[in-house]
Amino acid sequence: MHLYNLTLQPPTATTQAIVGNFSGARQQEIIVSHGTRLELLRPDVQTGKVTTVIATDVFGSIRSLAAFRLTGGTKDYAIVGSDSGRIIILDYDPKTSTFVKLHQETYGKSGARRIVPGQYLATDPKGRAVMISAMEKAKLVYILNRDAAANLTISSPLEAHKNAAIIHHIVGLDVGFENPMFAALEVDYSESDQDPTGEAFNNAEKMLTYYELDLGLNHVVRKWSEPTDTRANLLVQVPGGQLASSDRFDGPSGVLVCCEDHIIYRHMDARQHRVPIPRRKHPLEDPNRGLIITAAVMHKMKGAFFFLLQSEDGDLYKVTIEHEEEEVKSLKIKYFDTVPVASSLCILKSGFLFVASEFGNHYLYQFQKLGDDDSEPEFSSTDYPSYGMDDPSTPLPHAFFRPHPLDNLVVADELESLDPILDSKVLNLLPNSDTPQIFTACGRGARSTLRTLRHGLEVEESVSSDLPGIPNAVWTTKRTEDDPFDSYIILSFVNGTLVLSIGETIEEVQDTGFLSSAPTLAVQQIGADALLQVHPHGIRHVLADRRVNEWRVPQGKTIVSATTNKRQVVVALSSAELVYFELDLDGQLNEYQDRKAMGSTVLALSIAEVPEGRQRTPYLAVGCEDQTVRIISLDPESTLETISLQALTAPPSAICIADMLDASINKSQPTMFVNIGLQNGVLLRTVLDPINGQLTDTRTRFLGTRPIKLVRVQIQRNPAILALSSRSWLNYTHQNLMHFTPLIYDNLDYAWSFSAELSPEGLIGIAGSVLRIFQVPKLGTKLKQDSIPLSYTPRKFITHPGNSYFYLIEGDHRVMGEDAATKKLNELRRQGKNIDNEVVNLPPEAFGRPKAPAGTWASCIRIIDPIEAKTVSVIPLEGNESAFSLAVVPFSAHGGELHLVVGTAADTFISPRSCTSGYLRTYKFIDDGAGLELLHKTEVDDVPLALMAFQGRLVAGVGKALRIYDIGKKKLLRKVENKTFASAIVTLSTQGSRIIVGDMQESIAYAVYKPPENRLLVFADDSQPRWITASTMVDYNTVAAGDRFGNVFVNRLDSKISDQVDDDPTGAGILHEKGILMGAPHKTKLLCHFHVGDLVTSIHKVSMVAGGREVLLYTGLHGTIGILVPFVSKEDVDFISTLEQHMRTEQSSLVGRDQLSWRGYYVPVKAVVDGDLCETYARLPGSKQSAIAGELDRTVGEVLKKLEQLRVTTSGF
Amino acid sequence: MSSELRYTANTQLEHLHARYTGTGHADLSKYDWLTHQHRDTLASIVGHPTLTSYLAIADGEAIGRVKFEMTERMLQPCGPPPRKDDD
Repeated sequence: MHLYNLTLQPPTATTQAIVGNFSGARQQEIIVSHGTRLELLRPDVQTGKVTTVIATDVFGSIRSLAAFRLTGGTKDYAIVGSDSGRIIILDYDPKTSTFVKLHQETYGKSGARRIVPGQYLATDPKGRAVMISAMEKAKLVYILNRDAAANLTISSPLEAHKNAAIIHHIVGLDVGFENPMFAALEVDYSESDQDPTGEAFNNAEKMLTYYELDLGLNHVVRKWSEPTDTRANLLVQVPGGQLASSDRFDGPSGVLVCCEDHIIYRHMDARQHRVPIPRRKHPLEDPNRGLIITAAVMHKMKGAFFFLLQSEDGDLYKVTIEHEEEEVKSLKIKYFDTVPVASSLCILKSGFLFVASEFGNHYLYQFQKLGDDDSEPEFSSTDYPSYGMDDPSTPLPHAFFRPHPLDNLVVADELESLDPILDSKVLNLLPNSDTPQIFTACGRGARSTLRTLRHGLEVEESVSSDLPGIPNAVWTTKRTEDDPFDSYIILSFVNGTLVLSIGETIEEVQDTGFLSSAPTLAVQQIGADALLQVHPHGIRHVLADRRVNEWRVPQGKTIVSATTNKRQVVVALSSAELVYFELDLDGQLNEYQDRKAMGSTVLALSIAEVPEGRQRTPYLAVGCEDQTVRIISLDPESTLETISLQALTAPPSAICIADMLDASINKSQPTMFVNIGLQNGVLLRTVLDPINGQLTDTRTRFLGTRPIKLVRVQIQRNPAILALSSRSWLNYTHQNLMHFTPLIYDNLDYAWSFSAELSPEGLIGIAGSVLRIFQVPKLGTKLKQDSIPLSYTPRKFITHPGNSYFYLIEGDHRVMGEDAATKKLNELRRQGKNIDNEVVNLPPEAFGRPKAPAGTWASCIRIIDPIEAKTVSVIPLEGNESAFSLAVVPFSAHGGELHLVVGTAADTFISPRSCTSGYLRTYKFIDDGAGLELLHKTEVDDVPLALMAFQGRLVAGVGKALRIYDIGKKKLLRKVENKTFASAIVTLSTQGSRIIVGDMQESIAYAVYKPPENRLLVFADDSQPRWITASTMVDYNTVAAGDRFGNVFVNRLDSKISDQVDDDPTGAGILHEKGILMGAPHKTKLLCHFHVGDLVTSIHKVSMVAGGREVLLYTGLHGTIGILVPFVSKEDVDFISTLEQHMRTEQSSLVGRDQLSWRGYYVPVKAVVDGDLCETYARLPGSKQSAIAGELDRTVGEVLKKLEQLRVTTSGF
Repeated sequence: MSSELRYTANTQLEHLHARYTGTGHADLSKYDWLTHQHRDTLASIVGHPTLTSYLAIADGEAIGRVKFEMTERMLQPCGPPPRKDDD
């Protein structure tokens, strides 16, 4: 088996975000890291919408990002710390819209290691130096400078190592133009490692250390080191230094040390200031639980600065420092607003706050005010003795605030993110859909959702109105060339034409010069200010002064097809003749003296738009009934001569020539594509050579069951093609590459561009007798998401064989269940405590739920109707019980009646795993599955993490034990057990009497159930330990699984052993066989192995397109959706692997990681080709493309076609 | 092994130990080995974004908190060292 890995949806989790002027323009941009991918976002200052400029896979793991700007520069660069053991400086080149690697300096081994730098990055605010640090000991400082040609230079590294020091955080100090200084939070472990009494450990101090880079001596010195709070976790830079022009200080310099419950201002030889972090006064909040700051941002404005710090609950605090010159007078903190917990916060100069959420959707907020004059209580260091540092070892009294809905911020934009995907199913449930949908359980806590993902572009409808009859075509047109918007809508009916004018309202008009008594074939704004209508009996040329010049068709003939552009008109007559007209310089339409006889009825015609600055387009495409398409010259030298001919498989129904940019073919200029729609629903796309008019590089695609109609439209100021069949598709250019995506919209019969003041970039379409005006707002987003809100983190969900409901279990650790919370509140009320109901009733989606101690759980079972997209019912679990697994089981003891079994556990602790008792709850389905009735609860001794139906009974993985249960009157009855598993059973799958068991740490084992002796025996397992998270059976002997470290692999059992085990009736043979390597007697063989880079949470064997091949689809925790496609032939394997090999040398990773070692992070990659790498072939420069294609003995077009075919035929994407 | 060779081998080893924290040697105690293993593991978890997300979801904590507690635990992941017998 050989697989091709293709990412359909790249990870959407944001691990870090930085802001800067990366393109060098005045506008600020944001670079976000998605763990294995870098993306440049550009927020639009006017609309507040965020658009993606570019996104690139880096084939490595990004651990840290920092922006810096050289002194006096106008452009920011990004520094990337990754697991490549290299420091990378990236520059965004706006011309080519790519990241360019300016510097790549190797300093250590690859991998996310303890003492290899890359975890933390800190830059000098003046852009003179950068420090890159490891988790322990190693810190390197690089000096950044310019050379004579103003190019960025980087020095060799200077070491600032400290042995046996664990580094919590580093930050660059703002010291103006003095020697660059860095601050680090370090703990030394050498003493506690030596002291058996544990005293040294208890007295271990966390040191705030300053490292100074002496630019004169070119070395780094430890300047200052002082103990600080032992629970400090984060440092924030405080502005400092003098302005060059004045003597005024920007700020006091130094750092904010964020500790548990406190913020301390700290600087060398300066007084410390300490304030408490205000906390919510929630009655259920544990007062002993510390509160830490997890994200921080400093913002400098003219003459002032402030900080926004975010606590782990999501509350933002505004921190200000009052200072006189370099002396701090007070440190103040107050509650600002509550936003989702962020991995990074970015403030833009234009007044926006970008919140890169650690889970769920990301947000862009706009500042309404800065919380300057509100009644929010402010806590100042001057309120406490000695500025809060009277006794640094004792905490300050708690400060409280009341959270409120957003007050200082408003949401400007939301970026959808699937992160985290915890479970998924691939099914075709929705009506009128011929491709399956992906249902994903996403999110964490109260912001969780169940999302339905459909392949296609989202459509926003703005108008939908009924028409008197059923039109067969629609056009819009301007009146003159220079009009900004369209003036008329022309509708063609079977026996007439209706003209509507677009103004304040849309109403019928009569005096336009258009013929209303006949249907229309084409409408065109022609020349400077004239209009043109083609109808079956002639061509009307309506001049600006309403005079009409009409060309009439000779008697007995009609026009069957027409195509027009601004200067040319071609019509085909029923006698299979072509008539060609061209506009002369006086604005007269002149007929070419000859007519061209085609010899076969013409079905479709198309000419391209007139190229800018030209008189005419030189080519005409004609589709004839004899299943051919001919390219005919319109050049004055050879007018109406046939240039080339292409045979088709069916009669054409539409042709459309369009000039579109596709960087994989031509990076600088649009390519002329001839799109041919056939009557059988197949679309051919060929490239028309502009020099010799030959058709090359044909790609085919099946669009739907109806004959195709093609329309040239404008989308976001770029030409695009709308292809209408039983589904509507849009062919467009996005980020310089061509895309072909269906629209998620009703079937359209005809469509055209529509441009009016309110909808400048719209489309107009007809569906039956309904006229619709719509937009396609999100190009590039190929998966449309619809979500259903959930209450807690979803864990798993399953389908029911008889109905279309989903049964989903949710559970949250460290959250009190509804019952426990109400009970506790009532108790507090009885004690006479004053309870602030407003705080208790805050919506958890925005504010989260109060954190409870470990071992507390809130959980429920939810029934969802995915078609209606709503929750049908919710069954909360009480008594600190949480659900971990579920299965629908047809118990044969009850005549095959379906039951829902939910595995739960009470008072569960995660590490080490323990519970007071596990339960198997057996439910009966009521109301056709819309409700559940609890039959009984069976106690078990451990947490049941996996359940599955098996031969009319239940197989349960209860902790380390694999058991089979049958249903009883009051309980489930244990029938057989196998306790040889190492840690915990997490996945189960079955075929026949074979059960495939995934162990949490010990990979996949093959077990068999032998009914005669009632034995459950493990007969084969893996020779490697694997931390399984998801698995599925590929066939009877083969299993595909994903592990916790981001690998997917396929294991296969030798078919001889399989037969041998199946032939053994009692299992006595297996029972007495000798184990190998302290495991089962047989081992499986590793067939394929690949490091995806995201933790695989589910894996399915599905077919993504109707009648397509089955593929393995997996979802990743960070929002990845990918597929593994089996190759069908050896030639394909050879071809694609060779291409991959070439790509590896051509396309070096942006973070400097070797692609092969990245894909073989833990185990060398085996029999899997990295499709994401291969697809970057389309972005290579033309010369490299042809060099590689030459090595492969193919043309560039053939290589691209093969890559596209691999993607389209297996995923439809 | 000649004494001379042992001498050079040792200096190299010492050099390696100074340079690469966590490198094992023949006299490594069980406690030291385990402590190194734990510190390596903790550092690796903090260094892999997917693993921190995974733990944060399982534990119901913020990612920032998980990273902080993991880093804190690196100070003494396996408790205090055992008492030495010879004194």
